[in-house]
Amino acid sequence: MSDLNALTLAGARDKLVAKEITSVELTEACLAAIEGSDSLNAFVHKTPEIALDQARAADQRLAKGSQQDPAPALCGLPLGIKDLFCTKGVPSQAASAILKGFKPEYESTVSQNLLDAGAVMLGKLNMDEFAMGSSNETSVYGDTVNPWKVDDRRLTPGGSSGGSAGAVAADLCLAATGTDTGGSIRQPAAFTGTVGIKPTYGRCSRWGIVAFASSLDQAGPITKSVRDAAIMLEAMCGHDPKDSTSSELPVPNFEALLTGDIRGQKIGIPKEYRMDGMPDEIEALWRDGAAKLADAGAEMVDISLPHTKYALPAYYVIAPAEASSNLARYDGVRYGHRATLDAGDGITEMYEKTRAEGFGAEVQRRVMVGTYVLSAGFYDAYYNRARKVRALIKQDFDTVFAAGVDAILAPTTPSAAFGLGEMQNADPLQMYLNDVFTVTVNLAGLPGVSVPAGLDAQGLPLGLQLIGRPWEEGDLLNCALALERAVGFSQKPNKWW
Amino acid sequence: MSRLWLCRKATKLAIGDAMLDLTYETPKPKVIAGAKHDWELVIGMEVHAQISSKAKLFSGASTKFGAEPNANVAFVDAAMPGMLPVINDFCIEQAVRTGLGLKAQINLTSAFDRKNYFYPDLPQGYQISQLYHPIVGEGEVLVDMEPGVARLVRVERIHIEQDAGKSIHDMDPNMSFVDLNRTGVALMEIVSRPDIRGPEEAAAYVIKLRQILRYLGTCDGNMQNGNLRADVNVSVCLPGQYEKYYETQDFSHLGTRCEIKNMNSMRFIQQAIDVEAKRQISILESGGKVVQETRLYDPDKGETRSMRSKEEAHDYRYFPDPDLLPLVIEQGWVDDIAASLPELPDAKRARFISNFGLSEYDASVLTAETASADFFEQVAAEHDGKIAANWVINELFGRLKKDDLEITSSPVSPAQLAGVIGLIISGDISGKIAKDLFEIVYTEGGDPAQIVEDRGMKQVTDTGAIEAAVDQVIADNPAQVEKAKANPKLAGWFVGQVMKATGGKANPKAVNQLVAAKLGL
Repeated sequence: MSDLNALTLAGARDKLVAKEITSVELTEACLAAIEGSDSLNAFVHKTPEIALDQARAADQRLAKGSQQDPAPALCGLPLGIKDLFCTKGVPSQAASAILKGFKPEYESTVSQNLLDAGAVMLGKLNMDEFAMGSSNETSVYGDTVNPWKVDDRRLTPGGSSGGSAGAVAADLCLAATGTDTGGSIRQPAAFTGTVGIKPTYGRCSRWGIVAFASSLDQAGPITKSVRDAAIMLEAMCGHDPKDSTSSELPVPNFEALLTGDIRGQKIGIPKEYRMDGMPDEIEALWRDGAAKLADAGAEMVDISLPHTKYALPAYYVIAPAEASSNLARYDGVRYGHRATLDAGDGITEMYEKTRAEGFGAEVQRRVMVGTYVLSAGFYDAYYNRARKVRALIKQDFDTVFAAGVDAILAPTTPSAAFGLGEMQNADPLQMYLNDVFTVTVNLAGLPGVSVPAGLDAQGLPLGLQLIGRPWEEGDLLNCALALERAVGFSQKPNKWW
Repeated sequence: MSRLWLCRKATKLAIGDAMLDLTYETPKPKVIAGAKHDWELVIGMEVHAQISSKAKLFSGASTKFGAEPNANVAFVDAAMPGMLPVINDFCIEQAVRTGLGLKAQINLTSAFDRKNYFYPDLPQGYQISQLYHPIVGEGEVLVDMEPGVARLVRVERIHIEQDAGKSIHDMDPNMSFVDLNRTGVALMEIVSRPDIRGPEEAAAYVIKLRQILRYLGTCDGNMQNGNLRADVNVSVCLPGQYEKYYETQDFSHLGTRCEIKNMNSMRFIQQAIDVEAKRQISILESGGKVVQETRLYDPDKGETRSMRSKEEAHDYRYFPDPDLLPLVIEQGWVDDIAASLPELPDAKRARFISNFGLSEYDASVLTAETASADFFEQVAAEHDGKIAANWVINELFGRLKKDDLEITSSPVSPAQLAGVIGLIISGDISGKIAKDLFEIVYTEGGDPAQIVEDRGMKQVTDTGAIEAAVDQVIADNPAQVEKAKANPKLAGWFVGQVMKATGGKANPKAVNQLVAAKLGL
């Protein structure tokens, strides 16, 4: 069978269980696709030997599988892992020079959960350095290129999980892990025609994931379908005593909750997300999506989230503040890069040179912003005020949900994928605007999913975002399934790489 | 507010079901005579007490002292990427226990904050501490100065925080080394109000705090290993200013303070305060201003030195640690801990005074450590408390000190000491023989009664034998007899001779009576 790598998780799983294919065949198909994908620059560290070992073990397990003793959920399914996840014995650099050569002695809880579910790891995926970016252009490995292309224009796959989204869209793997601090799963999913869900804060353990902004970071899957997102998310999440912020709530069987029936569901359209200068086709996509959900039996209601306009500034205070502290550990003392010192240099020079060489410009910018907003005399004006805004934003959502709204529909991004390098000389704030529809969800700790909903005039994918009640990823994914079915998005990028 | 010192204060202590009134006078503040006028000292302390716990505050790594460098380091202690802290509940319990022991308010909700600064022995680049919401609020420590004189020092707060590692700069000319064994070990920072008024009070405060911590079992108080360290805030003011501060809690009545960091000896604490106060006085009297700063005490040079210049002044950028949720504890749990508190030094001492009739001094000595108090109580259970106290303090403690032994490793058990005392009370041996017996029990062990039996140490109470000895001494010393008749005080010489002749075993009382009778006194 050809193009096994193009299968979904659900499709491949069924064929594996039916013994139509083997995990080794599936894994070899992905490895071959990865080998031919260097121009995409999605996989930055390939682990074919580990993958084939795991595939062989999975095949043995699948051979023993029976109805009474089924193989685990992801048995034999090849995945890509974002470089932000620490993977034992495998380079884990967060796409930064400062972690050059770093091989952890431990496996992140989320990637371990996936391995425990039988998954096969194909390698590590490109991303923005320390997950700081919306275009995958801040990576020490260089840009990831979006498999979607217009003419000869090389496009961004989005960020920070750009490698993950690009790899899934290009069928290099069946699915991939991502992390989302301000939109880093949903925005790249929207730019690549894939599905990406950020679960409720606390659903996935953060243990072993290189921290960017601890109160906002969440892991989640990027997949080819909503069903796949349900399957993979369930395997990723669960209580972890090693992460104090991880929830003890039981994890439902998300796939079993997928009916696609949303009759009677109340779906909110937030008026504050209709922003000045929003492209008509985004507006049209949103309207169209709402109409289709209404056709599917949902009740569409206009809602207000009045503090939305303060979300972006609050986010760009809180996230850098936490990052400035979280990244202090990269000091050249214990692991990773250490600058070569001149005679007479002391510890201060070691810190300064190591961090100047090891961190890219965007990371340095955010560390400096974060240091500034936490400094004496500015703390109340920036950080404390941002926390108050955050509480108000959460309250906005609480109010809406308390009024009976089940989910909120909004665009994922204000545009389709833009060209690599095109924002290079722009004000950094322009780049930050990419997160305008996604950061509210992180600030409020809510689950949010991006579903491909159509193509723009140039033929590039666009996504719609559904925001759900806390801990109700099952309902949210069901709603996403209804949207996926209603819009019937099935396009794939033309292979040019 | 001059009532503040030399006024009679009273506090109530529960002794069993009864309440005991404890009255004390407050000591006078230390006054230093400057060139122009007198100055008073105002001292506040931040005591860092290592929580007695086998594991660190946020990791499972061991806290055992003296391990190979970097042997006790978990991934989170080394701040490996993606590692997260998880609160060790036992450490929280110890902090609550300490708070209860200091009669402090326990905050059911507290939170951890990050204190950010770069140093190689601080792998995370921040210390996890509790700035904004400490777990323990206001409490107090009654600091005993001398019998009947004590200072009530208010505790402002106790918070929990991580210790840092150790940088070693003298192993190599070009490199520094870092040992992370101590990194992440749980500390309690016990912050006092500036209620301490002199170097001796400062040392006494640390001694009392250490005693309470050891009673509670929440810190072993080992200062040599750095398990108890103090930062001392010193300022000076003119007489009368402190009272204004106390009345209003307005710090502007006080002088500018300097913080002397990391003191781990009572002697150095006192020296440093004295030196620092004199430094400040000389600055002020020559028209200068004291700069608020952190200083180090150099015991070799007998001076304090500024630790860092202004341009290096730290901005710690405190903010709530997003890796940890607010710490919420339940009143029921606090109540359970309160119910399990041991009898604390003040109560125990008061009970010893009232139940055993001990002097305040003896009671203080015996209650310095729980182990010695327990030892005493076991001995006193069988005999008169005063005799027991006398033997424990004078004989046992003296003997242990000679061998540099702790009460916990005493070769003599409470039962053995009670046995020795019992033999005195029953009249089987004299006090003098008892001391010999104690030494035998101390060095060789064994049952005191059996030893007395086996070695023929029993006191001679047979008057016939004593009488014969008295007669013999009188017969041998006619000149002395004449003198004694003129001066009855010389009878003691005869008693001594008789005791010598009987190998010390004669009952001294009987000898006294017989000598007096035979000499016709």
